[in-house]
Amino acid sequence: MRITQGTFSYLPDLTDEQIRAQIQYCIERDWAVSIEFTDDPHPRNAFWDMWAMPMFDLKDAAGIMGEVQACRRAKPNTYIKVNGYDRRYTRQTVALSFLVQRPKVEPGFRLDRQESNDRVVRYTLHSYATDRPAGERYGDVE
Amino acid sequence: MTSSNQLDIVPSNPSDPSHGVGSVGVDLTAAYRDSNIDSLLDELDRELVGLAPVKMRIREIAALLLVARLREAKGLTTERPTLHMSFTGRPGTGKTTVALRIAKILHQLGYIRKGHLVVATRDDLVGQYVGHTAPKTKEVLKRAMGGVLFIDEAYYLYRPENERDYGPEAIEMLLQIMETQRDDLVVVLAGYQERMETFFHSNPGFHSRIAHHLDFPDYQLDELMAIGDLMLGQQQYALDADARRVFAQYLERRMHQPHFANARSVRNAIDRAKLRQANRLVRQGGTVARDELARIDAEDIRQSRVFAEEESAGRRVGGSRSDSNGHAPERDVAKGPPGTVDPPARRPADPPRSR
Ligand SMILES: Nc1ncnc2c1ncn2[C@@H]1O[C@H](COP(=O)(O)OP(=O)(O)O)[C@@H](O)[C@H]1O
Ligand SMILES: [Mg+2]
Repeated sequence: MRITQGTFSYLPDLTDEQIRAQIQYCIERDWAVSIEFTDDPHPRNAFWDMWAMPMFDLKDAAGIMGEVQACRRAKPNTYIKVNGYDRRYTRQTVALSFLVQRPKVEPGFRLDRQESNDRVVRYTLHSYATDRPAGERYGDVE
Repeated sequence: MTSSNQLDIVPSNPSDPSHGVGSVGVDLTAAYRDSNIDSLLDELDRELVGLAPVKMRIREIAALLLVARLREAKGLTTERPTLHMSFTGRPGTGKTTVALRIAKILHQLGYIRKGHLVVATRDDLVGQYVGHTAPKTKEVLKRAMGGVLFIDEAYYLYRPENERDYGPEAIEMLLQIMETQRDDLVVVLAGYQERMETFFHSNPGFHSRIAHHLDFPDYQLDELMAIGDLMLGQQQYALDADARRVFAQYLERRMHQPHFANARSVRNAIDRAKLRQANRLVRQGGTVARDELARIDAEDIRQSRVFAEEESAGRRVGGSRSDSNGHAPERDVAKGPPGTVDPPARRPADPPRSR
């Protein structure tokens, strides 16, 4: 199941040229750009691991592209996303966030139903990948 | 290169029946005009005095890039030229200024994507402990991407006397980037000529990656005067005839004193003259005419301690500037202005290493 998270996720995966252009867009708006990765892609997982430091004061996307490549090399079978953070007062939020890598196989989620009191049913999303220990979830043992 | 599609491509001779696909010419004049490079090069000529060989080389580089673009448009193989450079010269000879201009010109010609200049010295690149250097250097390199990285006094990166120095780590990274990311940035190494030579000698990797070695000679007196006029003009000040003469005398003396920094010394002298002019006007009070606000007169320059020194020295040894060994006479301790140093008669050697 192809996970759709963040901007552009209903489009075909971005090419490197397109990723570079998006990063350049962030830079030109003076957004701090950061790179994050995870092997737990549950939509509620807000705590991805940071790759390097957030980057700002740059003029060109090349330096950040270099970090994206480095992250891909080090974490070849994880989800990686690029975030653009707008620090302006009154906004102060991630303004753009999009995936730049996904694992080769994405097993997806199953829906668990929990019968509760008074015929109440609780639903929960369960990621198949997280059945396995961190680091082994997408085939690669790191 | 992105803008190759803007080039005007016209047949060399439309009436020539023999012209086929391969013989369609490129209008160089139009390409040159369309690149808008002329105004930048003219600005360079206008706003920088002297430096003829440097300007010449910049024009050559511009031509090379233009032709490379046309070749690409015509489907000829074009290897991206290497444009890493070294600028050698004493302080104030215009190295940083020229680097700024070159960044703009290379951007205009589409060689670099942005055209900004990042100035770095050893302290920005080399760390204090294990593991500190690589992130620092990487940070600077990232900031310079798309533009020009100017490393001032580059030889400080290499300190053979300290075998545990972290400089070589930064050198290693620089060398690699200069080779593999030529699309992303241009590196300019700057510093005193002799020390750069030693540096290149012990780091041949740099030498082989640098395509252009530009030397910035010291300015002659007339060039310094012209630089002064240019600076004053830009700030809407002017010297009167008298002041011009005194300023020339001033520069002539200053040139042979320690810590003379070419055009930068001119700028500093002008700043101080402006200070004295303002002081004179305020003391004088009353109403001042517009041209008086703009005029620097001889007295504003003559008050410089360069002249004061001369006078006090002259009083002691009867007008002779220096003794037979070429050393300046001792400063008159009682009368000498504060904060002055003994001026040796010769241009001093490079200042001692400060690190
Ligand atoms: N040829 C020149 N014409 C006009 N101004 C100059 C020239 N060379 C240097 N300057 C001025 O002198 C000052 C010092 O120049 P800079 O480029 O910082 O020298 P460097 O980097 O070689 O020490 C700057 O203010 C610059 O504008
Ligand atoms: Mg400088």
